[in-house]
Amino acid sequence: MTLLFDIQNNILSLCLKGDYVGYENEREKSSLMQIITSKKISTINIDAKHLKKWDSTLVVILFTLSNLAQSKKIKITLHHFPKELERLLKLALTVDQKKPSPTKNNLSFIDMIGLWGINVYHSARMGVNFIKKTFGAIGRLITGRAIMRKVDFLFALQDCGWKAIPIVSLISFMVGLILAFVGAVQLKLFGAQIYVASLVTIGMTRIMGAIMIGIIIAGRTGASYAATIGTMQVNEEIDALKTMGIPTTDFLVLPRFLALVLTMPFLTMWADFMGMIGGGTVSILMLDIVPQEYVRYSINAFNLDNFLVGIFHGLVFGCVIALCGCYYGINCGRDADSVGIATTKSVVSAIVWMIVMTGIITLACEVIGV
Amino acid sequence: MTKKNIIQAKNLTIGYDENILMKNISFDIHKGDVFIIMGGSGCGKSSLLRVLTGLMPPQSGHVWIDSKNFTNASQQERDEIMKKCGILYQSGALFSSMTLAENIALPLQQYTDFSKSTIDDLVSLKLALVGLKGFEDFYPSEISGGMKKRAGLARALALDPEIVYFDEPSAGLDPVSSKLLDDLIIDINQSLDTTIVVVTHELNSIFSIGTNSIFLDKNNKGISGYGNPKELLKNPPNETIKQFLTRGEGK
Repeated sequence: MTLLFDIQNNILSLCLKGDYVGYENEREKSSLMQIITSKKISTINIDAKHLKKWDSTLVVILFTLSNLAQSKKIKITLHHFPKELERLLKLALTVDQKKPSPTKNNLSFIDMIGLWGINVYHSARMGVNFIKKTFGAIGRLITGRAIMRKVDFLFALQDCGWKAIPIVSLISFMVGLILAFVGAVQLKLFGAQIYVASLVTIGMTRIMGAIMIGIIIAGRTGASYAATIGTMQVNEEIDALKTMGIPTTDFLVLPRFLALVLTMPFLTMWADFMGMIGGGTVSILMLDIVPQEYVRYSINAFNLDNFLVGIFHGLVFGCVIALCGCYYGINCGRDADSVGIATTKSVVSAIVWMIVMTGIITLACEVIGV
Repeated sequence: MTKKNIIQAKNLTIGYDENILMKNISFDIHKGDVFIIMGGSGCGKSSLLRVLTGLMPPQSGHVWIDSKNFTNASQQERDEIMKKCGILYQSGALFSSMTLAENIALPLQQYTDFSKSTIDDLVSLKLALVGLKGFEDFYPSEISGGMKKRAGLARALALDPEIVYFDEPSAGLDPVSSKLLDDLIIDINQSLDTTIVVVTHELNSIFSIGTNSIFLDKNNKGISGYGNPKELLKNPPNETIKQFLTRGEGK
């Protein structure tokens, strides 16, 4: 299993002898290629008369050799080649050697910044257009011109409504529990553990309930919107809608958007309640606070402004999650990978936008003194 | 007697950014033809279909449908033109959350003022036309691939279109189902005088249903053959078409 060759009168003769199975003698291969590159050779004769067993490792050498010879305009002649090997080599060499188009890796740093800027601009424009289209669809719905199936809306309502209750309950209960634990550690030092009730009530109603629900729903419902609509894109269902003249925003986005926007405030209220139950469980079982006291302090700490701010957060988060999920679904590519990417992007951007919106709402509340 | 042109493609250049698939191609599709768009893989057949159906804009050139400029039309005008067109997608593209009846009823609800009972009757008729009578309440997931295509065809025929586009109708079908679909295409063409545009590279389908065709050549990014597929087989204008139509055995 060795590459035997010699050069006479600018003709390189290569003799394949014995078995070439799992052949990987790099030194021999590179010395052969180096000779072809450095010496003046007009023809390469390859004789396979004594070749016995062979596999793809031999084909790779011959393929590399042929490509090198082709680039240096050296003639190759094959002698006594097994038919299969000759055919395989021919097949490999006749594959369309189309030059790949230049990739983005060849771009300079400045070009990349420019390209990034253009992409950001296009994404922003697409996002704004999508929001405009969605609100246009709401306008059409109000004037009775939207093409939305009631059953799709009810299905979406069921999916993001009561079907989400178990996970929402569990997570909110745990958040209330954690909030109470963390608060109790400090408040106990001052013998003020009864104020755990106030802490949990204010924390949950003002922001924690809405934020936790937002994160759960972004991962659960927003991701499902992106995946469902993305799969419809892959299956050409969105093309079918477009060619039928049915606006995709009316048919696909509107039922999901409305369902989530209507559901989120109620889910937030439920999360607030479950969080308070969680806090109560810790207070009663571990801090020896009597249930009546916990309820009384909770009611005292309850503030309508905080509660409404929390509900408003929920409403805004509903808009954000539905828009992100539907936007990435509709703009999904046409393969399975794209659906995964769309799903991930929808969740990540929903969470990012929720945080941004929280900042804006908090600032606005500060300004108006709520 | 010369047939009326129902679709005209004028100087179309199709591609994605700098990747040009077809450059400056023009062709006419006559009313009542079964027009085949054929060519090797990656030559731009499906992209051309997307341009013809308005799902993708051409880089340059225009598509005229029934003497109206479809490429430059407003969305409303486009919807009007597309009412005359039905499309059968490669996968059937049925809406998975709807039954077959609901799928077929959708364009009828969108574009007509028919009562529910009329729509139900029309749905039953369209399903019967494609051999799916009694499958009204089935969901797409409950039927086979061939049945999905036929149901997709029933939806494409819902509005009695003048033109029906087919994207690779035989893809993924066994030979018998493929033959059944070909027969159905001929039946629709002959009984309803519908113009059929089929994108395919299935030779059996090309020869059994095609009355006219173009061959897209990715090497010269243009049309290298135009005419009846059987005629093209008899007198191939070039070696590429000969190779394609004889499955590479025509050397």
